[in-house]
Amino acid sequence: MLLKRLTEAMGPPGFEDDIREVIRAEAKPFADRCDTDVLGNLICEKGAGNPGVRVMVDAHMDEVGLMIVHVEDNGLLRFRALGGIDPRVLVSKPVRIGRDGRPGVIGAKPVHLQSQEERGKPLKMEQLYIDIGARDKDDALAVVQPGDVAVFATECETIGDGCVKAKSLDDRIGCAVLLEILKRTYRLPLFAVFTVQEEIGLRGAGPAAHRIRPDVAISVEGTVCFDVVDAPGHGQATVLGRGPAFTVQDGRTLADRRFLEFLIAVAEKYNIPYQLRRVKGGSNNFAAIQRTREGVAGGAISVPVRYIHAPAQIASLDDYEHTIRLLDAVLREIEAGAWTG
Amino acid sequence: MADRSGARFLTELMSLHGGPGFEHRVAEYVKGALAPLCTDVCYDRMGNLVARIAGDAGDADAPADPHADARPAAASAARPKQRPPRLMLAAHVDEIALIVTRIEEGGFLRVAQTGGFDPRTLVGQEVVVHASRPLRGVVGSKPPHLTTPEERKKAPSLEDLFIDLAMPEVRVREQVRVGDRVTIHRDPLELMNGRIAGKALDNRASAAVLLECARTLRSLRHEADVYLVCTVQEEVGMRGAAAVVETVRPDIAIAVDVTFGDFPGQAPDESFKLGKGPAITFGPNIHPQVFGGLRDTAVRHHIPYQIELSQEPTGTDANAFQTAGDGVATGLVGVAIRYVHTSVECVAYADIEDCGRLLAFYATTVDRSVVEGLSCY
Repeated sequence: MLLKRLTEAMGPPGFEDDIREVIRAEAKPFADRCDTDVLGNLICEKGAGNPGVRVMVDAHMDEVGLMIVHVEDNGLLRFRALGGIDPRVLVSKPVRIGRDGRPGVIGAKPVHLQSQEERGKPLKMEQLYIDIGARDKDDALAVVQPGDVAVFATECETIGDGCVKAKSLDDRIGCAVLLEILKRTYRLPLFAVFTVQEEIGLRGAGPAAHRIRPDVAISVEGTVCFDVVDAPGHGQATVLGRGPAFTVQDGRTLADRRFLEFLIAVAEKYNIPYQLRRVKGGSNNFAAIQRTREGVAGGAISVPVRYIHAPAQIASLDDYEHTIRLLDAVLREIEAGAWTG
Repeated sequence: MADRSGARFLTELMSLHGGPGFEHRVAEYVKGALAPLCTDVCYDRMGNLVARIAGDAGDADAPADPHADARPAAASAARPKQRPPRLMLAAHVDEIALIVTRIEEGGFLRVAQTGGFDPRTLVGQEVVVHASRPLRGVVGSKPPHLTTPEERKKAPSLEDLFIDLAMPEVRVREQVRVGDRVTIHRDPLELMNGRIAGKALDNRASAAVLLECARTLRSLRHEADVYLVCTVQEEVGMRGAAAVVETVRPDIAIAVDVTFGDFPGQAPDESFKLGKGPAITFGPNIHPQVFGGLRDTAVRHHIPYQIELSQEPTGTDANAFQTAGDGVATGLVGVAIRYVHTSVECVAYADIEDCGRLLAFYATTVDRSVVEGLSCY
């Protein structure tokens, strides 16, 4: 399963080597060429010489992760976050460290030995360590160095009714959508970009857009979904299974209204369910792309993902399929001249 | 680890699910491993597994089925002369679990404890709901994009947590009932130095100790009948332990249970080193001669050991054993694991081997004179 290969690969921001190789192998048979730029973005071209609207579709390949910063005398590893991780999701989870994916666990002081006061407080990142089974500092340093990175060790599996559970669905699900699109052929210059460093401030997308000079850019993102018990309607952001979500306004972007209306019109024409993303927080690569050079038209299509930035995230496979269908329809409409900008 | 079959037995045991009151699949797995090494194996009415290795003394009156044990009216005084000494080595095989208390709108599940989870360790965890068929779920967590700084300062309580089965409410209601049990889904991990991490090492590590002990005993002579026991319902308050004392009527009962591995911020006397041998407990819950016998055995056989000091009844089956029946001479040994009651508990397998050997060699020292001496103060 493509989603399994993508979500189980490693790629914290700035350390996307493993996931980039996985994506390159998937993309190569279908793209005319796959290049990397100076930041490490992977740019896959298809029909770059075609006449028509230059379209850039992007998904970020990085994921939230951890960096080992210090090895204690007792062999436990101190770490810090790469990207936005709530320390409360780290306790009692397995991780994989470094290129060889060495297993480790994030433990905590047993509840039996904690005072009532301690129990009432969340554990801070400074109180947590990764345990790789090392006997002492030298034993640990033989296999792990400060600067090595780690990610959650979550197996990608189907769960419940038509859903998938994995780490890094934010945004490997977007990467999967792009790879499915690359398999198809459009009569326009298409650039599928797998970007780096989205999770620490949308760092990769701007330079990629600057280089590509797209007429239209579409970011495909795994976005916040909190349609759970006790969450008020206005705090849900998106609802699982109701289709891809369009941004109106988020932490960094006011939607390009023309393109938003275009997305809605295409979804309705092709009878594809969609929803509006209903939360102001968070953002995606389109915020960076929109402001490159003289400004770029476009928007974001997001797949709702429950528990993003946590070890076990959940997405609906219907939403995933609908997102592929929608992006395909959007490209077909652009190809047919329906987007006049 | 020259022979890895013990570690394999442990990781397979960890992968099984069995919270308090539903230990049967776990006990059956242990039974399958112990039966070829034992004289007879049975369950008592509570569900405790009792596997007996007959001693060399011959045991005409030791029953194959403990339920059939005729109990003479004035047994207590005469018993040691009438039958071989009985040494019971007991490990609880239940793991901490949760129980479904409510199906909420949207099909999300609320749960209560059956055992002592730190709710903070449940956030973002993968679980198995033991419904009409096993269902996989995720304990939800609010993404950092939506949490306020105030929220992040709060430790979640169990009441706030919910399980997401990724299916519509109507499908959840078809399959899940209030009262269904929930356990952690976690594949065991192999770390460096033969260390193993995962769920339920408390107390499946001790079940592995029993297996190591049984294997070592095969090549040793022992007068005592050795009873290898898997108890139930320890995690909700040692509920299986007293019953199994009535079943086995041991002269000496040693609980095998995990203790706290070292971790920054823990008191030194509550921090045991992984890989430095089993911990032997000393204190009011422990019969001094049993403690002394275990320690002397470790010294004689060059088995590394650590001493754990306790000041009150321990939080283990040893607590119940000591005061069950007419009172039992009780011991407590176990291996140190890090992160007790999380789903990433961590053990050094060498400690399990050492603990198994310690108990086997101790068993060879238990004879009638040792048993008679237990009541002489």
